[in-house]
Amino acid sequence: MWEKIILFFPELLLAVSASQLLLFGVSKKSNRSDLVRYIGIAVLLVFAFSGFLLGMPNGTAFNGALVIDNYSHYVKMVIGLAGAASLVFAKPYLQSEKLDKHEFTVLLLYAVLGMSIMASANNLLTVYIGVEMQALALYIMAAFNRDSLRSSEAGLKYFVLGALSSGLLLYGLSLIYGFSGSLDFDRIGAVIVAGASPGLIAGMVFMLCGLGFKISAAPFHMWTPDVYEGSPTPVTGFFAGAPKFVAMCLIARICVGPFGGIEDQWQQVIIVFAVLSMFVGAIGALAQTNIKRLMAYSSIANMGYALVPLSAGGAAGVKGMLIFMSIYIITIIGIFACILQMRIRNGMVEEISDLSGLSKSNKGLAIILSMFMFSVMGIPPLLGFWGKLFAFLPAVEAGLVWLVVLALVASVIGAFYYLRIIKAMWFDEPAHEFVEAPSSLRWISIGSAVLVLPLLILPFTAIPATGFINQAAASLF
Amino acid sequence: MENIPILSVITFFPALAAVFLMVISRTAKSAEAKEQLAKNSPYVALLVSGVVFILSLLLVFAFDGSTANFQFTEDTAWLGGGIEYRMGVDGISILFVLLTAFLTPLCILASQTSIKDRVLEYMVAFLLLETLMIGVFCSLDLILFYLFFEAVLIPMYIIIGVWGGKNRVYASYKFFLYTLLGSVLMLAAIIWIYVLSGQQFGAPTTDMVVLMRELDIPLGAQTWLWLAFFASFAVKMPMWPVHTWLPDAHVEAPTAGSVILAGILLKLGGYGLLRFSLPLFPDASIKFAPLVFGMSVIAIIYTSLVAYRQHDMKKLIAYSSVAHMGFVTMGIFAMNVQGIQGAIFQMLSHGLISGALFFCVGVIYDRMHTREIAFYGGLVKQMPVFAAFLLFFTMANVGLPGTSGFVGEILTMVGAYQLNPWVAAGAALGMILSAVYALHLYREVVFGEVTNPKLETITDMTGREVLILAPLALFTLILGVYPSLVTDITAASVDNLLADIAASTTLGAR
Repeated sequence: MWEKIILFFPELLLAVSASQLLLFGVSKKSNRSDLVRYIGIAVLLVFAFSGFLLGMPNGTAFNGALVIDNYSHYVKMVIGLAGAASLVFAKPYLQSEKLDKHEFTVLLLYAVLGMSIMASANNLLTVYIGVEMQALALYIMAAFNRDSLRSSEAGLKYFVLGALSSGLLLYGLSLIYGFSGSLDFDRIGAVIVAGASPGLIAGMVFMLCGLGFKISAAPFHMWTPDVYEGSPTPVTGFFAGAPKFVAMCLIARICVGPFGGIEDQWQQVIIVFAVLSMFVGAIGALAQTNIKRLMAYSSIANMGYALVPLSAGGAAGVKGMLIFMSIYIITIIGIFACILQMRIRNGMVEEISDLSGLSKSNKGLAIILSMFMFSVMGIPPLLGFWGKLFAFLPAVEAGLVWLVVLALVASVIGAFYYLRIIKAMWFDEPAHEFVEAPSSLRWISIGSAVLVLPLLILPFTAIPATGFINQAAASLF
Repeated sequence: MENIPILSVITFFPALAAVFLMVISRTAKSAEAKEQLAKNSPYVALLVSGVVFILSLLLVFAFDGSTANFQFTEDTAWLGGGIEYRMGVDGISILFVLLTAFLTPLCILASQTSIKDRVLEYMVAFLLLETLMIGVFCSLDLILFYLFFEAVLIPMYIIIGVWGGKNRVYASYKFFLYTLLGSVLMLAAIIWIYVLSGQQFGAPTTDMVVLMRELDIPLGAQTWLWLAFFASFAVKMPMWPVHTWLPDAHVEAPTAGSVILAGILLKLGGYGLLRFSLPLFPDASIKFAPLVFGMSVIAIIYTSLVAYRQHDMKKLIAYSSVAHMGFVTMGIFAMNVQGIQGAIFQMLSHGLISGALFFCVGVIYDRMHTREIAFYGGLVKQMPVFAAFLLFFTMANVGLPGTSGFVGEILTMVGAYQLNPWVAAGAALGMILSAVYALHLYREVVFGEVTNPKLETITDMTGREVLILAPLALFTLILGVYPSLVTDITAASVDNLLADIAASTTLGAR
């Protein structure tokens, strides 16, 4: 009994605590959002390290609907930490915008629960439940500032296009079920190895398109800039990291798992996604003036880079994707912690020009944000460079040199708009004096910056995450 | 001395000092304390770079010129998977370390008066730049090399953009994006080599020593890899037709930025060709040598002509740099002792001479805040010392015998002549043209009547400025009359390089 329970303990923990916190929040008139948030952060931290706390259990639960392996442990650790960081950096924003409701924490916990199910999905239905659960919570979070027209618009846009993508996903899943006769990944895998029918391949393409929406891979990226711009900034920060990561990991699990037998089929789809995303992201960002829209295009481009190792397939490819995405999340959290510090007396600002002269008015923030920018650009010795290196290695190994060259050229185009931010901060005259940021934001940005910097000193093999990622990638095979 | 990782010390000491300066600056709260820090930071930077210079001087004395092996090597676990922290110098690289360590304190000295704004940040950027440049010359691992090579962009972008002239934003973007595009292609090639080494040796490695000796790259692949590396180095050099970022960057950069740009950064390209392109892709290098010769001769003649028509002094010197780098590429791809020795010599001497010329421009720019050639005239009356120094370095730039400029140019031409007399003839024509533009500049600025009333109050060089230019003049002269100082150190490594190429090429020795 206990052996079974610990397998889905992380999900259980989240489901129970989210529901209890909801009850707790509404039970009293007084605002308890602070307490709810602290408990939420604690729950997410426990969730993140539940794999370690429980001794890395492996197995399947609910008749194979959930699979628990090192891969899912790793994914859960990353999304748990990203969720906790989002709660921490959301606090000052929500308080100043008068949005500080306990529902925010609850919704975020539900979203993480959905993601956690996605991370462990081993069955078409679990895939769908997980995807929908996190998406529903995220739709509401996008519209969380309900009195703001932009936020409501973002929520609605996200919902309508999300529903469309769910339709595609569901259609694909039903095709796969119809042509393989099973919902279970292992059985589908066996059917595919025996011989994939065209219907199955069509189903796979639909499914990948549906998931492509979730990682905002071009050509399914249209919603991203509007939703990123309209959503409250901490929500955008959360959107840009954890949901993308988990959807990417789900794609990896499905592709190398049940569909591992037809690698040549899905590889083409992934490559198309990758190339389009890289260039749409890089070129689309060139003319943006709003930093959140810019980050939207940047995330599209980065998803393109993350798909490069995936298209190579194999454990090395999954490992490259995991390293790249983990580094991407660290950078994204840091960047949004910096964006959230862009506060003047009348409220938040989010234009790139508002950053003008930051190096004079707030040198520390300018140095940190510049580091993140050089990191996402992929300039050594910052962490982003290693992300790209480890992402492109497996692709070269698989003979996809042309794809790597395209990715690198796209990254040069992309460098231009990151440089614009650095230029605004260092070369221009000061526009605003930002008000003193809360220390929690400063510490998150400094913490991420410290993570982005150190590889010149630390041997890479000495970083514990490396071994964990290796095990995680290996557990898929 | 054996147990101290001397190269790492030389490399990272400036960076540590930069971090120290930054941390200190965070502690200063009051405006007074900040001002005091800004005033004192150049002294700290000067001290640090001075120590680095002394250390690298000791390094050169301790260097054994009779062997081609890498010396002072370090090898520490780093990334894993064959990518390790490997450092070492041989005859080709050690003098570039010395040149970097020599020019940096001079740059800091020159900046102390000309930089008024954000002095501390400027010093931090310069110290970081010194670390990265020395790192490029010391690293013996492809990934480590790439790391330093590309990271140089960050401080240089900031230096041009923050302390540059009117059009600095455009120049800094152009500098960054041009060089980045070149180097990402090299990154793709490096990854490819890494993967190939895994297939050939069983375990992948980026150890340069192993790769140079043992890696066998098929001819077809060599072509592409050579082109990818060449894209990066040609932009850095810069070679015609990808040189257009250089004049912009030079014009906009502050004086010391121009000196470093011309003195060291351009050499990264030539050094890269020598260290990587020739030994790793000998066949492709031989195959593409005619292309490089063509580009070099065009660069020498065309940019000399362009230089003649410039109205801006810095632009003129920038174009002359492109022309002089043409001699370097020509010498390298002659692939004989004279050519390569000459190329190394030319790079070192150009580092001194062009650096000095930019300092000279900086001297009058600091006084008049313009670089228009037409603005000046008759400076010899007001500034005799300056006129003397400018004359010396102009002559060195033209390649007057007795200065180091002559040795480099004659050696590369001798090298090229053995392969193709026409190439050498083209280069010789370039030498004449260089006299045309350089003497034109000198006549316009120094001779004639003082036509501009604003110039009547201009003062001659200060003691500090003499202190900066005198060592440069001294070394230019010493190397000009006694070139063996350099060639003795480089000889063994160059011979070894040529032997390696001859041994590993399948196209036959040249």
